Amino acid sequence: MDWVAVGLTLKLAGLTTLILGVVGLPLAYWLATTTRAWRPLVDAAVAVPLLLPPTVLGFYVLMGTGPNSTIGRLYSRVFDGTIPFSFAGILAASVLYNLPFAVRPFAAGFAAVDRRLLEAARCLGASGFRTFLEVVLPLSWPAVLAGLVLAFAHTVGEFGVVLMVGGNIPGVTRTIALAIYDDVQALDYAGANEASAVLLVFAVSVLAVTYSLQRRTLPL
Amino acid sequence: MYMVRTLMAVAASGMLAAGQTGLPAAAPAPAVRIAAAADLKFALDDIAARLAKRQPAIRVQSTYGSSGVMHAQLRQRAPYDVFLSADIDYPRDLVSRGIGSDHDLFTYATGRIVVWVPASSALPVERDGLRALAGARRIAIANPRHAPYGKAAEAALRNAGVWTAVSPRLVLGENVAQAAQFVQSAAADAGIIAKSLAVAPAMRHAGRFWDVPPDTYPTLTQGGLILPWAISREAAVHFRDYLLSDEGRQVLASYGFGAPGR
Repeated sequence: MDWVAVGLTLKLAGLTTLILGVVGLPLAYWLATTTRAWRPLVDAAVAVPLLLPPTVLGFYVLMGTGPNSTIGRLYSRVFDGTIPFSFAGILAASVLYNLPFAVRPFAAGFAAVDRRLLEAARCLGASGFRTFLEVVLPLSWPAVLAGLVLAFAHTVGEFGVVLMVGGNIPGVTRTIALAIYDDVQALDYAGANEASAVLLVFAVSVLAVTYSLQRRTLPL
Repeated sequence: MYMVRTLMAVAASGMLAAGQTGLPAAAPAPAVRIAAAADLKFALDDIAARLAKRQPAIRVQSTYGSSGVMHAQLRQRAPYDVFLSADIDYPRDLVSRGIGSDHDLFTYATGRIVVWVPASSALPVERDGLRALAGARRIAIANPRHAPYGKAAEAALRNAGVWTAVSPRLVLGENVAQAAQFVQSAAADAGIIAKSLAVAPAMRHAGRFWDVPPDTYPTLTQGGLILPWAISREAAVHFRDYLLSDEGRQVLASYGFGAPGR
């Protein structure tokens, strides 16, 4: 059992979820409340990772952040190193890839909140931020929780993107999904079964706990 | 859908075999379905095109991938007629499990490895060979744990005495084609990859390479197997014979493969 890979995977999933919470909540709130004509375009951009094969998305990230790209040149000027084959690289790819898994449930939850309550809060003098914090969030937390759990679970099981961007470096970019794949490739089916079983038990318990916390059904 | 068609084809060929008085003239052109190692990508396309000119009746249909994955699929009776592995151990293992017979096991080439750097690289690989890699930040190789080309790369690095210096800077491709992609995209500075990929059109003009001396790594014996469930055994045998013929070997040689050892 590759515990270094397990620890790395939890770190990647935890940080991905955290970033998606910080970036995704305002984005989803904007998507749920805006009346701008180009909202469908932003909606579509957020959903693109759902239809691109992970390895293709990973390939674009690899090409788009390598040392010859603009982003790669800027990055290597500030930090010593490259985006591909680093933890920061797989984290960035992970956030991008999981955007729809967090933002879509968030936005669905926000959209389901009665608009009259928002208008009442604003009329009573609450700021937009306070309305979000004290009216919207308490009414839509099951959807927010669902989005965060989905993003976390999805990152734990992520394979194609990390394979393309990571370079399989132990302790840096070798996640549990890659370690299992390596075991299978090396015909070590026993090792693969063991790690897969741990992953399966983990996933089922996280999802079961989440679902039991929710009184409502998931808005998915 | 594909499975259904395959099953129907298997059933049809079974009926033809059972009643030899059937209608062989009405049978469609037999396809040889090949599960091929990733390093054969360019060479095998060429071989298939030449064979099609010579014997239009035989249609070659290739699927490329990692030999280890194909081995696992073939253990579950994947619908292929011929397995061309990057490592003779995989088809040999299938035979030991009762899939295919010893007579249908063959070696068709020897894999070679090269150090490949992008055209703009300043690394003096032509002068210093593997020792030039000490100046590289990221070096791409196939995963030595299971990819035959990765094992060869590790052995060559150890032989050159640079393994301890280089190993913390390795990035591992899932197979040798992915290692090539890492360095071709310039995300890695150098790579140790299959010569067959280095001489392929997409890479030949994008960089330079240096041949790693073949006596510094274990021989990469590439082996194959005709599978017992081949739709047309005759077509599969034709394909294998052409691959092993002088012409087939010349094509393989032009793609950087060595002659098959014994």
